[in-house]
Amino acid sequence: MSAALPVPPSAATGGASGAPAARGGAARGVSAEPLVEVRGLVKHFPVRGGMLQRTVAQVQAVDGVDLEIHRGETLGLVGESGCGKTTVGRLILRLIDPTAGSIRFDGADVTGLRGAELKPLRRRMQIIFQDPYASLDPRVPIGDSIGDGLRVHAIGTPKEQREKVRRIMDLVGLQPYHARRFPHEFSGGQRQRIGIARALVLEPDLVVCDEPVSALDVSIQAQVLNLLKSLQRELGLTYLFIAHNMGVVEHISDRVAVMYLGRVAEIADRRDLFTDGQHPYTQALLSAIPIPDPELRRRRIILAGDVPSPVAPPPGCRFHPRCPLRAELGNPHVCETTDPPLKPIGGSDHAVACHFRGDAALEQPVT
Amino acid sequence: MSDVAIGAGKPLPDVTEEARVGRRRGVIARLLRQRSAVVGLLLLGFLVLVALLADVLATHDPIKVLLGVEPGIRPRTPPCVHLLGCTASLPEHILGLDGNGRDEYSRLIFGTRVSLFIGFVTVFGAILIGTVIGAVAGYAGGRTDNILMRLMDMLLAFPALLLALVIVTVLGKGLINAMVAVAIVSIPVYARVMRASVLSIRELDYVTAARALGDSPMSILLRRVVPNSLTPLIVQATLGIGTAVLEVAALSFLGLAAQAPTAEWGTMIGNERNQLFTAPWLILAPGVALTITVLAFNLLGDGLRDALDPRLSG
Repeated sequence: MSAALPVPPSAATGGASGAPAARGGAARGVSAEPLVEVRGLVKHFPVRGGMLQRTVAQVQAVDGVDLEIHRGETLGLVGESGCGKTTVGRLILRLIDPTAGSIRFDGADVTGLRGAELKPLRRRMQIIFQDPYASLDPRVPIGDSIGDGLRVHAIGTPKEQREKVRRIMDLVGLQPYHARRFPHEFSGGQRQRIGIARALVLEPDLVVCDEPVSALDVSIQAQVLNLLKSLQRELGLTYLFIAHNMGVVEHISDRVAVMYLGRVAEIADRRDLFTDGQHPYTQALLSAIPIPDPELRRRRIILAGDVPSPVAPPPGCRFHPRCPLRAELGNPHVCETTDPPLKPIGGSDHAVACHFRGDAALEQPVT
Repeated sequence: MSDVAIGAGKPLPDVTEEARVGRRRGVIARLLRQRSAVVGLLLLGFLVLVALLADVLATHDPIKVLLGVEPGIRPRTPPCVHLLGCTASLPEHILGLDGNGRDEYSRLIFGTRVSLFIGFVTVFGAILIGTVIGAVAGYAGGRTDNILMRLMDMLLAFPALLLALVIVTVLGKGLINAMVAVAIVSIPVYARVMRASVLSIRELDYVTAARALGDSPMSILLRRVVPNSLTPLIVQATLGIGTAVLEVAALSFLGLAAQAPTAEWGTMIGNERNQLFTAPWLILAPGVALTITVLAFNLLGDGLRDALDPRLSG
């Protein structure tokens, strides 16, 4: 693997912190410095209108997200459609520019990199898409699609490139003769394997999986998930796994972050989150997972109403208009006025953004 | 909430995009199933054949004045075909003679060459420039897009022929200048078509994938976006050739494009426009030839559009 790849020299200069270069190698293995560290990430998309195309509003797709992704782990990112999880993925990949906040990759601040400066970084982080139909160029044989990264970064001779493509194809379960075929000749599951091969050909450290199985049949989903898991073991990959399906996330993740309307509501180890989810939104999501046993019934928490518009998110806690806990507590005023920060519970990795959950719940007077 | 559930399947994705290539062989088969396209293809094949074999098919030199060379010849002698009962004493001229005593049939045959050349070259030039403008505008977006497309709007604001007239007036008359004028006038059409398809292609995941791999914007534009945006352009170009032929002919009719003695259909009609009632065949023949040419391209263009668009195929 290419873990020893040098950090782009320009990457270090963008850092606001004092000694970004020193953090690269020294910390590895000892204090487990995260591969990706996101602080206060904000992305607002302007809504333009009127004759002069003036900005009339801001879609607050991502509004203050803090995340860490540790080396070799899978961080699951769940939430409803439109909660900003895909935007977080694209921001980390630097496919779109953040409005505010910082993104550190392997110890270096990469927030300020532009254009060609990003090229060395691109080699180390890749993406797998949701839609296996739109993610492959229909005019290009899939061998060329898979090897595109090698061409872009001018790695190896054409012969070495072909050999590398063949090895990667073998790794994801494609036959060598597939290389000359076109995308339309493959099934959805096979195409997803092709997309995975394309992402892995550059031997990246981080792979953002943007709902990689949502478009597949349930029977194929398991195959692709297991493939992703075994590739992670073999290649030492780090995944940011974006999904809206709690079952899939439980299957693949080491840690899980729950997003709601551009914010992280709760983040925890998978086991903690699925057995001891604290945030009322997390609990509502968990209660929606079907149990494959007709005898068992779970008390389902049905949330009222729809997700509010990210153009005008509710003041205070973003979840308060739909929060069953708030109703239970008699609509405390603080939910409408103060945005709860993400606070750790008992000094562990488990953190929750709620006035009345976690450690804070004990201190918080019910008004 | 409803979409957080195990196995929440998305609806089947749209397959039109990827299906394009797979259908390439299918496109030809589909094209041949369209009656209008087949008629268009046959007509076009006939015209191309005539243009290629003009030297063989023509009975006379198209620009040679036959007055005084052949006996019994006057300007605008009516058609004379011996097989159809024309007296053997008169020389044979299938479509008669024009006002200058030249063989109308031979001029018509050689005119095919000129018209097809005009059509293809003009549209090719317009596509070359229009594609670049449209692709850059669509891919760059923002201010670049705004400036380029407003310029295109300015061109479109004038009636095409009027603008072409102005340009020829500025450049000076002549066939090449007229072709340049018609090409300039048709640039906005191709720019718009190209921009529209670039706008849709650039949002697709495989373009994002190329960006994530670190490919440069120019390389992505040339490798991924433009090749996948060409289909609508091909249809537009086929339809555009007919229009270009007609517009250059119109300029010729006004005496601004092809100059005498070039055998060009527009010029031929223009020269004899006062003789509509005394020698109608001199107007009718090039008129019909123009109609057939424009019809051929329009039928083929319509057929291509239907064959390339899966939504329209039954």
